[in-house]
Parts: sequence; C-alpha cells; structure tokens
Amino acid sequence: MLEIKNLHVEIGGEKILRGLNLSVKAGEVAAIMGPNGSGKSTLSYVLSGKEEYEITEGSISYNGEDLTELEPHERAAKGVFLAFQYPIEIPGVPTMNFLKTALNSQRIERGEDELTTPEFMRLVKAKSEGLKISIDMLKRPVNVGFSGGEKKRAEILQMALLEPALCILDETDSGLDIDALKVVSDGVNHLRSPDRAMVVITHYQRLLDHIVPDTVHVLSKGKIVRSGDKNLALELEEKGYAEFVDAA
Amino acid sequence: MNIEAARLMTTAETAFVDIFEANEDHLPGDDTVKDARIAAIAALKHAGLPTRKVEAWHYTDLRRLLNTGYKLAEPPEFDDVKADARRLQLEVDTLKLPFANGHFLKEMADELPATVRIDPIAACAFIPAPYEADPSDAIIMLNTALFSDGVCLHVAPDAKLPQPIEIDVAFSGDDKIMAATRHRVEVNAGAEATFVDRCGGPDRVQYLSCSMVELTVAENAKATWIISQEQGDLATRLARLNITLKKNAQLTVVVVNAGGNLVRQEINADIIGEGADLIIRGVNLVGGDSHVDVTTKLLHKVQNTTSTETFRNVTTGRGSGVFQGMIGVAQPAQQTDARMACNTLILSDDSGFSAKPELEIFADDVQCAHGATVTDLDATQLFYLKARGIPEDKARALLVKAFLSEIVEDLDDDALSEVLDHRIERWLEAHD
Repeated sequence: MLEIKNLHVEIGGEKILRGLNLSVKAGEVAAIMGPNGSGKSTLSYVLSGKEEYEITEGSISYNGEDLTELEPHERAAKGVFLAFQYPIEIPGVPTMNFLKTALNSQRIERGEDELTTPEFMRLVKAKSEGLKISIDMLKRPVNVGFSGGEKKRAEILQMALLEPALCILDETDSGLDIDALKVVSDGVNHLRSPDRAMVVITHYQRLLDHIVPDTVHVLSKGKIVRSGDKNLALELEEKGYAEFVDAA
Repeated sequence: MNIEAARLMTTAETAFVDIFEANEDHLPGDDTVKDARIAAIAALKHAGLPTRKVEAWHYTDLRRLLNTGYKLAEPPEFDDVKADARRLQLEVDTLKLPFANGHFLKEMADELPATVRIDPIAACAFIPAPYEADPSDAIIMLNTALFSDGVCLHVAPDAKLPQPIEIDVAFSGDDKIMAATRHRVEVNAGAEATFVDRCGGPDRVQYLSCSMVELTVAENAKATWIISQEQGDLATRLARLNITLKKNAQLTVVVVNAGGNLVRQEINADIIGEGADLIIRGVNLVGGDSHVDVTTKLLHKVQNTTSTETFRNVTTGRGSGVFQGMIGVAQPAQQTDARMACNTLILSDDSGFSAKPELEIFADDVQCAHGATVTDLDATQLFYLKARGIPEDKARALLVKAFLSEIVEDLDDDALSEVLDHRIERWLEAHD
C-alpha cells in the first residue's frame, strides 16, 4: 500500500530524511521507533503533505499513485490520515461542524453523496461510544480547552469517522496517562483491519504493549537502520537507541 | 495675526447648503430645532467637511472622499415601498418601525406595546448638539441641519419588552440622493429592551444615509442595541450613536458593518452612573473598494464603571478599514475597568487596516487595557483542516467565519445572533 524509496527531505535547507526506505502492506501495523530528532515527525508531515517540507530525492507511492503530487485534502480523501502529536486548537469552529465538513468534503472529492445532518449525527454517536466522548464535548470548538487525553481521543474519533486506509499515528501516546492510553489504544485496535495499514510512530515501547505491531523499524538520522518484528521493540527498550544510532 | 485664506466649498458642501436653503421651511421642528439647524449649517459652512488635518478624521479624509452633489430624497411612493417590503423583513420576529428615504412609514409600522411611547422626533424637546463649529463633529452638524424625520421612544420604567424593536432605514429610487434621520431612545429605570438599528439600500446607486441616535439607559435598566449596516455597494453611511449610561445601567452594543462604500460609524458614550457596564462588540467587513471607519469615544466619568470593547475586522479586495478607540477616565472615576481589543485579518495584499487605540486617564486606581493585532490566517490551523480533507478555500472560509462569529454569539436573543451570523456568512460568500 505504501512504498517509500530513497526519500530525502529538507526543511529550510536542513536535511532531515536521508534516503529512507519503507514498505507497508495493507493490514499491516508498522511501528517506527527512533530517538528525538531522527525524523519521525517529518515523515508523518511529509506523508500528509505539509507544505514547508521539500522532497529533494526519492519517491512515495501510495496504492501505486505518486502521493507527492496530491494536495493534503486530496490525500485525505484518498484515505491518508495523520493523527497529530499535538492536535491543533481552532477557536470558533464547533467540533461537530468541523467533523461534518471534513467528512462531507472527502465524500464530495470522491464523488459520493454528502451525508445529511441526521445521518451524520447517527454516525458520530455510534463512533463516539467506547471513546468516552460526549456529544457536549463535540459542541465545543475543535480541541479548545480539551485535556491531553481528550485531544488524542478526538483524533481517534476523527480516524474512526473518516475511515482512512492509511493511518499515521504520530506519538499518539505522548501526554497520556495509563487509563487514557488504554482508551486510545483500544480505539486504534478496533480499527485494525485487513484493508487498513497503520504507521505507528513512537519514541517509547510502552505504546506497543497496547498496539502490537507486525513490523518494527528503527529510524535514525533520517534513515531506517534496522527492521524486525515486535521483538525488536523489546530489544530496543532493553538496550536503548545508542547502538542503533552508532550503526547509522 | 492670523490670516485665513478663503476656503472654496466642495461640491458636496455646496449641495448640503443648497439643500438646507431650499428646504429650511419644511424641515420639521419648532424654533429651537430651527435655530439648531441654522447654527449647524453655518458651522458646516464655516469649518467645511473634515480633512486629514482634523485629528479625529485623520484616516478618513471626508472632504476628499465625499464629492457628490446630493439632492434631498423624495418620500417614496407608498406602493413602491410595499413592493420592497419583502426586503424589509428581518428573519427575526421584531416590532418594525420602517423608514424609507428618511421618512417614517407610519402606516406600515407595527404597533408597539403600551409600555413604549412613540413620538415624532421633531415634537420632542430638542437637545442641542455640544459642538462649537468643531469640524470633528461633522456628522452631528450634517444631521442636525438636515434630518427629515425620526422617532422618540420611551420605554416605561420596569417594562420588559418581549420582542426587539427594529428601526429599519431603507433607501429606494434615484442616484445621488441623501436623507438624514435622527432618533432618541430612552430606556427608563429598571426596563429591559433590545433594539435593532438596521439600514440598507440598493446596490449600484449612490446615496447618502446620515443617522444620529441618542440612547439613554437609565438606572438599573438593561438594553441591547444592534447596528446592522447593510448599505448598497456605492452608498455612503455617516452615523453617530451617542450613549448615556446611568447608575447600574447595562448596555450591549453590537455593530456589524457589512456594506457601503464609505462608512463612518461613531459611537460616543458618557458613562455617568456608578456600576454602569458597557459592552461594545463589532465586526467590520471591508471589501471591494470600500472604506469603513469606526471611531469610538468612551468616557468614564464616575467611579466603579466598566467597559469592554472588542472589534474583529476582515479586509479583502482593495478595502481599507479604520478603528479609532478612545477611552477617557476622568479624575473621579476610580476603579474603572476598561478593556479594548481590535483584531484584524488581512486577506488580500491590496487591503489594509489602521487601528488607533487611545487612553486618557486622569484617575490613579484604574485598570485599562488595549490591544490591536493584524494577522493572516494561522498556517497550522489551515494545515490541520486540509489534512482532514477540507479544501484550501473552504478551510480558509471556515477560519475567517470562526474569527468573526464569536462577536455575534451569545446575544440574549439566539435568533438575532443567528441572523447576524448569517449576514456575515453572506458577505463572506459574496467577497470570496
């Protein structure tokens, strides 16, 4: 589903990714682990299309299509979803309105009929259950005044609602206590399916106890330096990143 | 020795003097009013319309910008007005007092509750304007000299009006016409009332709408005054709202400027009663070639009063906007709490906004704050929306709307909030 080859990315002239290769199949949950500054967040932004990141070399193919040619909203409509490490607050835009606009924009882009308000409300209610999200919370402006846990739960709700094919979770565990981590992980696990790929970016192994990956990749200095199965994460936890960083 | 060069009158100034001279005898009012009119036109003739050199008009050079030879608007044919009645409808259930071309359409007015007394403005005791040929008071001079109609509304003590009263001032007909209306509204002790001051007219017609309102909110009374300015795209709007707040009076003023080519809205408040609270919230939508100026002057004269002023502005096209906000705190006005904020979104390279906050404080135990920001849309918010599948233009519109909606939210009357929100939305759609 996702094929990244020899990807080089710069921001403001600074080289962040230096020849990254990564392949993720449908149904696969791939964990990307790495120390601070290794390029984890850059990878997530490049996949979702943030403007200021410049691709100087390499390719990103998504379902056989050149992802770099698409605008962020087109990528979203084709099923690319980034759960932000720091979800953005948008005062003045009620969450419900935002969700409906996002979902219907994607449907229009794909040539599908828009959902009516009652249809949408039924869908939101169904998806909110289990994520401990109340309708009252959805009446508040997007992420404004939400706690760390509420923000991450809201991201997972968006994911559940938009039903993307490729989910990129950027440090979804940051700022979460154990209980919130459980709610969020359950939400993610619930969305695992044979048609859906997930790229789980994390600094700590902790999240991977809850979201058990099929593959684990170590990112260091802008490259994948080692790949393996879930046991690689345990090895990392034990030995730390130093050995891998040196290998790069 | 001062030598004053003889000043040439502009086309507009000459027209105002001509209108006065031609209509002097049938403009309404007793001798007091007539004397005030004569003094006003003489002052206008002497000082002329203000230029940039007059500080209060520094960003709006009225003498240069107003160069049309207006004629006084004729009262419209009743049938024409009736045909226009659909436009007159506000989507809220208000008690309507319609005006067309400066004349009160009594036959079409809704009946007011018994707790509200209505008189023609000319029959009310006239309050002389506090000017001495000061060119900064051009709107008062022009209005005093030429007002053709208006109402005096007295809301009885302790009356709670169940519905808003809407003063709707419309224009129809020829190019280059002008009309001035003047209203006085008194919300007496303990009363509660909401008013909508709405003014509109056709596009592609040059007309001048001049308005003056004197609003008094008495002891323990609570009022909301909403100005919905929806003038046509070539219209000029010169308006002044004079406010007096007495003890424990509460007033919320909401201004939505969503029209007109040349607009100046002045709001002057005298806060003369302890415990009085004034809230002013405004949205200025400045697009096309328009110039929109809101100038406020709030004077805290006694102790323990509060004022909060918040303006949100959006400029696009080649529009230029101005906000001048003066807060004055007199020496006895200890424990004043006055706050002012003016935030602007600039959406086009050719548009701009000037903000001038001013504080004049003579008391020592006060809290005054003012802030002005000018920004573009937030790039991280925009990316977040796009990453969720919302296309750029829709995402921008959503953020602009969010920036403005806060101002008109939370009015006591939900339906009114919705109508104003809708106005803003319509303007944004038209100025995409």
